Amino acid sequence: MNVILGLAHVYDVNDVDTDRIIPGKYTKTLDVRELARHVLEDLDPTFAGRVRPGDVLVFGNNFGCGSSREQAPAAIKAAGVACVVARSFARIFYRNAINIGLPLIELAEAHDIANGHTVRVELQRGEVINCATGRVFRAAPMPAVMVDILRAGGLVNYLKQHGDYVIREI
Amino acid sequence: MTQQTIAEKILSRAARKRVRAGEIAIVHVDGAMATDATAPLAIQAFHEMGGRRVWDARRVAFVLDHAAPAPNERIANLHAMMRQFARDQGCHFYDVGEGICHQLMVERGHVRPGDLFLGADSHTPTCGALNAFGAGVGSTDLAGILLTGKTWLRVPHSIRIELVGAWPLGVTAKDLALFLVGRVGLEGAHYHCVEFTGEAIEPLRLSQRMTLANMTSEMGAKAGIVAPAGLRLPYDFAPVNADPGAAYARALRFDVSRLTPHVALPHSPDNVVPIARAKGVKINAGFIGSCTNARLDDLQQAAAVLRGRKLAPGVRLLIAPASRAVFNAALRDGTIAALSEAGATFIGAGCGPCVGTHEGVPGNGEVVISSTNRNFQGRMGNPRAQIYLASPAVVAASVLAGEICEPADVVPDASNSLPRMSETPAAPAPTDAIPTL
Ligand code: SF4
Repeated sequence: MNVILGLAHVYDVNDVDTDRIIPGKYTKTLDVRELARHVLEDLDPTFAGRVRPGDVLVFGNNFGCGSSREQAPAAIKAAGVACVVARSFARIFYRNAINIGLPLIELAEAHDIANGHTVRVELQRGEVINCATGRVFRAAPMPAVMVDILRAGGLVNYLKQHGDYVIREI
Repeated sequence: MTQQTIAEKILSRAARKRVRAGEIAIVHVDGAMATDATAPLAIQAFHEMGGRRVWDARRVAFVLDHAAPAPNERIANLHAMMRQFARDQGCHFYDVGEGICHQLMVERGHVRPGDLFLGADSHTPTCGALNAFGAGVGSTDLAGILLTGKTWLRVPHSIRIELVGAWPLGVTAKDLALFLVGRVGLEGAHYHCVEFTGEAIEPLRLSQRMTLANMTSEMGAKAGIVAPAGLRLPYDFAPVNADPGAAYARALRFDVSRLTPHVALPHSPDNVVPIARAKGVKINAGFIGSCTNARLDDLQQAAAVLRGRKLAPGVRLLIAPASRAVFNAALRDGTIAALSEAGATFIGAGCGPCVGTHEGVPGNGEVVISSTNRNFQGRMGNPRAQIYLASPAVVAASVLAGEICEPADVVPDASNSLPRMSETPAAPAPTDAIPTL
């Protein structure tokens, strides 16, 4: 999970809110496959049918704003998305994503990534490479503990395994 | 070494190492809190994590405030489950009628200057009034804190709001908070910590500082911290100030001496206008309550307007005090009698109609003027109602007139009824509990 290699789906859109990630009417279910079937439906009705496990999503500013529902990152994760790249994330969405185990990386500049490009994301080094163009983008490195939370599949599993936050040096 | 903001200083202490804005850190939490709206899920996640004992029961508090007393069987059972968990663990527990979580955390000394306090409720920044860093977290987050006493967080960049000038008579911290939310916007302080400084904060009592910090949530802020200048507490504390030259994402400066009462129009807290532009709107009901404005001085301001008078015919006024201590103090000094004789209806200390899950839901097409912090469509439980936000003094004047107005419009001896921000606060009391909030 430390290195993610996937095809990019690019939406150069700002302020995609949690309602567009997963409409409120589907959030009553506890079945994540049902969430996955409707992910990003109002933004792009074809997305749920096209996404393949391991793909990477690329967005603009303030991704995941709106409500604090944990189903939003859960729907994206359930659809098989390996990582979300955005210029910035809404605060609660960011926390929820890490806590449920959806990798994400904040990258101010990723303008040359286009649909269908293969991107390589290395969370711990904070590096995104567009394999199609060879360009390398740098973000803040992700602290080891967050990589570990993601690797465990989320905070519940992480704390179940470790009982506490384990600080390990990189 | 670079200079630090207040947020960076508090989080550096919590991280046990020097951290800078933008960094992600593991922090030790000084206290944590959850309500009946968030604790049940957190307790469930705590068990799923394999939790047996909370990390430090003395630092954990649970509050029944959002739907208390329980309006139905399901919520009554959730309350019972929280009671049981708190008893088993030995945590602090505030039962029905003790008050609103944010009020209790400050009033009962759960938060102190310099603390990092996390609560599973979006208005946790309220405790920033105490020169502390308070932020809201989700239920899963809170479960992790219950288990470990720690969490991970990103150190926010800060926005400095410098307040200068003398407070005009009749203008309160609520008017300033509304004005600032209107200026900064609902997302304007997104991910940031808002730090209030400047000479105009010095005369503010703790209650008014809480109002200011509280509404940084409506700017999208992660935390809101009031600088310690002028803060008086019944115990000694080490004030946390920003270093001169600390780096701020934005710095704003406002002169409060030119401020007038402000009102937020339906349906957004940032839809703010000076009261002159809202006057004359007919209202059906008023509400004085919430973690924003239901403390003793808020009730006293309303009583100063309503004493010896009667609500306009056909208009109702609901009041939910911020805590039992506030209610008791207002009973003792005659405030409650003045308000009740004027026709106000009291409900138990707690969130009351603010959140719209039980009592006090307005009818279709009704117009409510409220001292709370949010007026999103449906907020009080009915999407067909119109909610206006204002200070308690403006709410009181409006229920007297039956339309939106300010005290000077309805009360002949207005200067005695107008709120004064610049009173010298009472001398410190000998105990650790905070008096007369
Ligand atoms: S009083 Fe209103 S805003 Fe404050 S905690 Fe309760 S529901 Fe939330």
